Amino acid sequence: MLTNHPHQTSRGMSDYQLKMAFIMPTMILLILMNIFPLLWSLYLSFHRYKASMPAAPRFIGVRNYSRLLADPEIWGYFQTTAYFVILAVAAQFFIGFGLALLLNRDFRYKGFVTTLLLLPMMLSPVVVGLFWRFILSSDNAGLLNFFLSPFLNSPIGWTTHPKVAMLAVVIVDTWMWSPFMMLIALAGLSAVPKFLYEAADVDRASAWFKFRWITLPLVSPLLLIALLFRTMDAFKMFDIVYVLTREGGPGTATETVSMNLYKLAFRNYNTGKACAMAYILLIIIVALSNIYVKYLNRVKGEEAQET
Amino acid sequence: MKSVRRSLVFVLILALAFVSTAKADNHQSQSLTIVWAEWDPANYLQELSKDFTAETGIAVDVIQIPWPNFQDKVFTAFVGKSDLYDIVIGDSQWLGRNSQGQNYINLTDWINENIDVDSIYGPAMTAFAEYPKGSGTYWALPAEVDAAGYVYRKDLFEDPNEMTAFQEKYGYALAPPKTYAQLRDIAEFFTRPDKDLYGIATWYSKEYDGITMGFQQVMWSFGGAYGDADTHKVAGHINTEDSVKALEFYTDLLQFSPPDAPNYYWTETLGAYNAGKVAMAMNYFAFFPGVLNPESNEISHDKSGFFIAPAGPKGHYISIGGQGMSISSYSKNKALAKQYMKWFMQKPVQEKWAALGGFTPHKEVLQSDIFKTATPFNEAFAASFPYLRDFWAVPEYAELLEVCQTNWSEAISKIKSAKEALDAIARKHEEIFEDAGYYDE
Repeated sequence: MLTNHPHQTSRGMSDYQLKMAFIMPTMILLILMNIFPLLWSLYLSFHRYKASMPAAPRFIGVRNYSRLLADPEIWGYFQTTAYFVILAVAAQFFIGFGLALLLNRDFRYKGFVTTLLLLPMMLSPVVVGLFWRFILSSDNAGLLNFFLSPFLNSPIGWTTHPKVAMLAVVIVDTWMWSPFMMLIALAGLSAVPKFLYEAADVDRASAWFKFRWITLPLVSPLLLIALLFRTMDAFKMFDIVYVLTREGGPGTATETVSMNLYKLAFRNYNTGKACAMAYILLIIIVALSNIYVKYLNRVKGEEAQET
Repeated sequence: MKSVRRSLVFVLILALAFVSTAKADNHQSQSLTIVWAEWDPANYLQELSKDFTAETGIAVDVIQIPWPNFQDKVFTAFVGKSDLYDIVIGDSQWLGRNSQGQNYINLTDWINENIDVDSIYGPAMTAFAEYPKGSGTYWALPAEVDAAGYVYRKDLFEDPNEMTAFQEKYGYALAPPKTYAQLRDIAEFFTRPDKDLYGIATWYSKEYDGITMGFQQVMWSFGGAYGDADTHKVAGHINTEDSVKALEFYTDLLQFSPPDAPNYYWTETLGAYNAGKVAMAMNYFAFFPGVLNPESNEISHDKSGFFIAPAGPKGHYISIGGQGMSISSYSKNKALAKQYMKWFMQKPVQEKWAALGGFTPHKEVLQSDIFKTATPFNEAFAASFPYLRDFWAVPEYAELLEVCQTNWSEAISKIKSAKEALDAIARKHEEIFEDAGYYDE
C-alpha cells in the first residue's frame, strides 16, 4: 500500500532510514579500518607489547613516551626529517612554480612537454629509488659520477658520504615531486583572469609588479595547499630512503622518523613503543598542518577583503 | 518450469565445481612449502626435494625471498599466524625469538627419537637447533652450515712482478693472508684507483645484518666480545680498548675498498669481485658458486682461490652463517614436515645435498674427501669450522642487531668515533636487556 507521507518511501523506509542505509556501510568501514586501529594503537602506546611474542600487553603508563622523548637519537631522527622536509619542499616549490610559469604560455608541443614533465610523479617511489641508486652510485660506474668525472679528482660519494647523502635524497624527491607542485601552480595560473594583466599593461606596469601584485596573490591559496600536501608527505619520507640510501645510511645521515618507526614496528616488533612514536609523529604533523591551514585562511580572508 | 530446471542444473554445476575444488585442495594438502632466502642453496634444495617427491608423492615448493626482506616477510607471516609456510629455514639468531614467541614447534622429543644427533656436527646443532644454548631443547635441525670466507685473485697473487714488488715493500712473500695485519698490507698493496683496482671488498652495509656479520669476526679476533652470555652485561665487554682497535681497523680498511664500499653487502661484494675491481672479497662460502660461474664472472672464474678469514692479534673467530630447518607452529602439515626433515638428515641424502652444492651439517659427509674436493672452496670452508661464532641468539636479537648496524655504520662513516659508537651500543644493549627483564633478579 502506498502512503502519502512525504518522508516515507514505497517500501516503508523513512528518509532517515534511507540516509542511514547509505551512510552505515561507510561508517562501519571507517570505524573498523580507521577509528578502531587509531584507538587500539593509542591503548598499546601505554603498554609494553610485542606483536611477535605471545605475552599480553602490560600497562607501563607513559614510559614509552618518556623513553622516546628523552632519547637524543630520536631527536636526531626528527632533525634529519626536518632538514629533509625544508630542503625538499623548498626545492620543489621553486622548481615546480618556475616550471609552471614557463608552461603558462602558448607554444608548440606544450601538451607533450607538460606530460613529459609529469611522468616522474606517476612512477612508483621504489622504482625511482632503484634507478636513482644506479645513477647516484658512488663509484665511477654511477651515471652522474661518470658524466662529472672529467671535472672531479675523485667520484662523489652521493650515497656513501654522510654530508652528501641527504642531498641525494633531496635531489631524487625533488625530481619526483616538483611536477606535482608545477601541476597545482599551473592550475592556479591558468585561472588568473587575463583582463587584470591587460589592465596592468595599460598602466605600463613592470613584469615584476604584475607578478608580485597579480599573479602571486591569486595563486598563493593553491600554492599553500600544494605546500601543505608536500610537507605532510615529505614528513613521512620512507620508500626512497629505504631503497636509495639502504635504510637511512650512511650511519644515520638520512634516517628519517618514518624509517626508524618502520624498524621499531616491523623489524624489532616493539609494538608499544612504535605506537607511541607514531602518535608523536601524528601530533607534529597535525600541528604543522594547522599552521598552514591558519595561514591559508588568512590569505583567503585578505582576498575576500580586497574583492 | 523451464526456468526452475535451468536453476537446478546451474546449482548442480556449482555443487560439482565446489566438490572438485575441495578435492583439488585436499590433493594439494599433500604438499609442503619451505621458505628460504633467495640464493643458490635454495635452488639446490628444490632440486634435492624432487627425490623426496619421487619417493613419497609429496610435492615440495621452496619459496625464495630476497635477503633484505627475508626476515621482515617471514616474521610478518608469523605475527599473522599464517599457515603459508610449513618449514622455515631461518637464521641462527632467529631461534630465541621464534622459540619464545611460539612460532617454531618444540622438536626436542621428536629429534631424540628420530634423528641420530651424533651424526650432526656438534657446533652446528648448538648454533642452529638449540635454545637456550646448552639446554638440550631443540627447535630446528641444521640445514645449511656456512661461514664467512674470502675469495682472491690468483692471477694477481701469483704474478711474478707483483710477488717481487710485494716482497720488496713488506718484507714477506705475497700469499693469502693468515692475519688481519697481512690482510691490510695486501689490501693496501693492490689498491690502485687509477686502474680502478682496489685491495678488498667486505661488508659495510647498513642493510639487515651486513656490517655486523662483516665486523664482528674482526672484533672477536681483536679480543672484543658482545657481552657476558650468563649475566647479559654488555658494558666492559663490547666497549673495550680491543673492540675500539678492531673498529678503527675495520674503518681503516675502507680506504682500500671501492668508493661505493659503505653500501656493500653480499651482492655488491660479489659484483665488485666479478667485475675485476678488487683483489680480495669477503662473503659467505655459500655465495661463492657465482664466482666460479663463467657467465657471472668472465674475468676470474678460473683464476680464483679461497682462504679462511684471518686471525687477529688476540684470537681467531669467524662469523657463522647458514640456517636451521624449523617447523612453523601455524603449519597444517606438521607430520609431513617431520617426514621431510627425517628424510633430509639421512646420510645418502646429505651426500647428494653436498654434491649439489649444499653445505651439509652431517659430520661424516663434511669430513669426507669427496666433500672437500667437491668445489675449490669447500676445503677452506671445512677449515673454518673450529673458529665459528654467532651473534646473540636471544629473542631480542633483532633490536640488538639494529643498534649494532646503526652505530657501526656511523663509525665507519665518521659520524661517531669508534669509542662513541661502542659506548652507545653498550648503553643501548643494556637498556634492551633491562627492558626484557634480564636484570630483574
